[in-house]
Amino acid sequence: MEKKTKQTGIQSEAHASDIGEKYGWKEMLHQMWKQNPLAILSAVLIIAIIAAAVFAPVIAPYKEAQQDLTARLQGPGMKHLLGTDELGRDVLTRILFGARVSLVVGIIPSVISLIIGLILGMIAGYFGGAVDYLLMRLVDIMLAFPSLLLSMVIMYTLGRYANSVICIFAALSITGWASVARVVRSQTLSLKESVYVEAARSIGVGKFRIMFRHIFPNCIPSLIVLFTLNVPSCILSESTLSFLGIGVQPPAASWGLMVNQSKQFLFGMPWLALAPSITIMIVVLAFNFLGDGLRDILDPYMQTR
Amino acid sequence: MKRVLGRIAGMIPVLLGVTLLIFILLRVVPGDPVSILLGEHYSQETIDRLTRVMDLDKPLIQQFFSYVGNAVRGNLGESYTMKRPVTTLILQAFPSTVKLALMAAAIAWVIGILAGIIAAVRQNKLLDHLFMGMSLAGVSVPIFMTSLFLQYVLSFKLKLFPLTSDGRLISLILPAIALGWNSAGSIARMTRSGLIDVMQQDYIDTAKAKGLTKASVILKHALKNSMLPVVTMMAIQLSSMMSGAVITESIFSIPGIGRLATSAIQNRDMPLLQGTVLFTTIIVIIGNLAADLLYSVLDPRIRRAV
Amino acid sequence: MAKENLLEIRDLHTSFFTDHGVVRAVNGVDLDVPEGRIVGLVGESGCGKSMTARSVMGLIKSPGRIESGSIKLDGRELVGLSDRELRSVCGDDVSMIFQEPMTSLNPVLKVGRQVEEVLLVHHKASTKEEAKRLTVDMFERVGIPEAEKRMSAYPHELSGGLRQRVMIAMAMVCKPRLLIADEPTTALDVTIEAQILRLMKQLCKEHHMGILIITHNLGVVAEICDDVYVMYAGRIVENAPVFELFDHKRHPYTEGLMNAIPKIGGNPEFLSTIPGVVPNLLHVGDGCTFAGRCAHASDRCRAEMPALYEVAEHHTCRCFLAEREGQ
Repeated sequence: MEKKTKQTGIQSEAHASDIGEKYGWKEMLHQMWKQNPLAILSAVLIIAIIAAAVFAPVIAPYKEAQQDLTARLQGPGMKHLLGTDELGRDVLTRILFGARVSLVVGIIPSVISLIIGLILGMIAGYFGGAVDYLLMRLVDIMLAFPSLLLSMVIMYTLGRYANSVICIFAALSITGWASVARVVRSQTLSLKESVYVEAARSIGVGKFRIMFRHIFPNCIPSLIVLFTLNVPSCILSESTLSFLGIGVQPPAASWGLMVNQSKQFLFGMPWLALAPSITIMIVVLAFNFLGDGLRDILDPYMQTR
Repeated sequence: MKRVLGRIAGMIPVLLGVTLLIFILLRVVPGDPVSILLGEHYSQETIDRLTRVMDLDKPLIQQFFSYVGNAVRGNLGESYTMKRPVTTLILQAFPSTVKLALMAAAIAWVIGILAGIIAAVRQNKLLDHLFMGMSLAGVSVPIFMTSLFLQYVLSFKLKLFPLTSDGRLISLILPAIALGWNSAGSIARMTRSGLIDVMQQDYIDTAKAKGLTKASVILKHALKNSMLPVVTMMAIQLSSMMSGAVITESIFSIPGIGRLATSAIQNRDMPLLQGTVLFTTIIVIIGNLAADLLYSVLDPRIRRAV
Repeated sequence: MAKENLLEIRDLHTSFFTDHGVVRAVNGVDLDVPEGRIVGLVGESGCGKSMTARSVMGLIKSPGRIESGSIKLDGRELVGLSDRELRSVCGDDVSMIFQEPMTSLNPVLKVGRQVEEVLLVHHKASTKEEAKRLTVDMFERVGIPEAEKRMSAYPHELSGGLRQRVMIAMAMVCKPRLLIADEPTTALDVTIEAQILRLMKQLCKEHHMGILIITHNLGVVAEICDDVYVMYAGRIVENAPVFELFDHKRHPYTEGLMNAIPKIGGNPEFLSTIPGVVPNLLHVGDGCTFAGRCAHASDRCRAEMPALYEVAEHHTCRCFLAEREGQ
């Protein structure tokens, strides 16, 4: 036991210096680079992909919907780096423009479910009692659904009323908020008992003020991690829905839809399906590496999850 | 026993909530089912009659309770497009999905747990980094990509497996790998972190002080403890496995529940969609309950409370 | 003390190689445990006493390791043995009791099985039945009531005292030559503590074994030990038979430890403490590690580490104050 105290002594000391270093951005990056270079590389890659999506019209070799029916289904070559599809569209160009849809679909629903989850999680954790019970049963219900099936039902219902991208926002937000709420709730529960919240309460600070001034800032590290890990799962869900033909509808292009459209040529021209698939994998992997790295640094309590 | 009953009772509000939610989501589409059922040519009179027969004119709340009442008796309505009871269709499709899911689960558990143990034992060594990188890749690869890849390489190029399902078990191997690969990643990560955590516990020192070798410390003392959170993980996996089954069944043409769901969506077959989603969700809820109970069997600290 | 030394530790160095530097947890320790005697190793938390014990059992976790020195058990060198060789010694010839009976038993295994396992691993029982019989015997010897029934209990179903008895049974069941007890009674209340100490003393006499008991509690030392080593910041600072130490303490640190024991009838308002804390082992200078907290510290103390000086027969002390008499 003595050994334990000694070791934690060393660790807490080390941790104290970590926190000391966290005050500087540069030091934090340096620390992260030392511990987890992959996370930094992933961040750089993500920034590059976002930039590529934003500047797609500038850097893409062809125009967005430019068809060349004389050059259909060509293999990778000098003229078309990744080949062309059945309408003679340049695959690289489509991937660059598809990044816009795929990234937006990854990011916006993550933000929405983060906000819903944060608010409901804080309310459940802070108020407790019947409110907590009802909200947590709702969370149980949401988490009981296999997420893809629930998204399919939502797409089915909303599909005929709204643009397919908007429907996906709704479907992924509805399926995504519950797990956020659960994490935020458990953090709120422990923060509620902390000395400074008790102190704030004892001098008459209002409930909502406590929530936003004291509890919310303490949830931020977890929220950053949850967000970083939520984005890739949204990108995956979107690509899966689109692959099944119930996600993004043409003429909009997303990577999942590109795989869907090229699967009929799978056996003859596998590169058509491969290029967007690998793009999805790399982007998702980069977000996951970054999320893992951020979790190690920001949120030691979540490490075992 | 009390705990078991308590847990089962606790399931009921969740089950009702799940049913209600699907119900609300699907009945938001007004008037739609009848026109699909009748096709192009129909009179207003027929619409009214059918609406009455299908209870669509009653208030939603009454429709809901009659649906729940029928569902409890095993009647999930009739499929619009296949003109057969939804329950029959589901029960026909269910065995295929069960076979697929069981094979996938076996693959995921064997690969995941083994890789997790090895990574934990070789913590921070090359093998650990390699396995953890692979597991993250496993979680990051879309299932349709793994499926298409396996289908292209192993079936189309090497002709080792049938391209699509033909009812034989061998035709389920590729979809099961594609489905299991995904879960194996998270199981490996969970096993690793659980085992590393347990290896820090005092009773591991006791076991070493008793003279047990590293291998028996892990196998006899650490593994059982570290598997407790993994059991919960497996229940969570059941849900994502059901999602994954939708994709693999569609790619490999397996006549399972997932395919029923996709075809229900494509044909806008509301009762069929409602039935499959409800059925799958109930399976997941029951699976979670089973994991919960298994957990208490494995952990003597909880067992006494059962 | 003509008795043969069961355990002989010579110039042991155990260090932790952390990202922030090397922590010398055990820094040149010499220690003997003779047959049939109970030896106490005393010091504050973090002074390296547990690390000394864990070095013997090969329980140093990464990033720590034994850098140099020798640990001889019954004449056999333990440093440098392979894991397999060391494991065949541990639990058999030398066994260990840990501080926390709450966490030192595996929560998912029955306590009977955990004790039987030791017998089976070391081939002291050929069948499960034999192992069970021996375990029940041992449970009775260490005073576990209803031993037969307790065999199938899980650790969480037993009280702290009973669990520590199970730990002792586990440590004693192979009749080891040496028992290492790391704060065996710290987590227990006082009446249980007395019972456990009495049990250990009795077992020591019956089996003629050596016991190394690690504690920060001088009351425990006075109660049970024959010889005492006082450890501070990775080094032995004083060593003497127990009565000699209590009557003629020489090191200012030992004196401080003894003054810090609350006494019945003493002034409760005035509990003496040693000022300061154990120095950070990452940053130790050249001088005496205790100089920063010592009332008698001179410039020499801060510049140079004193050696262990012999101040009486079997009594050594690492302090310049003792140097004159030592020479």
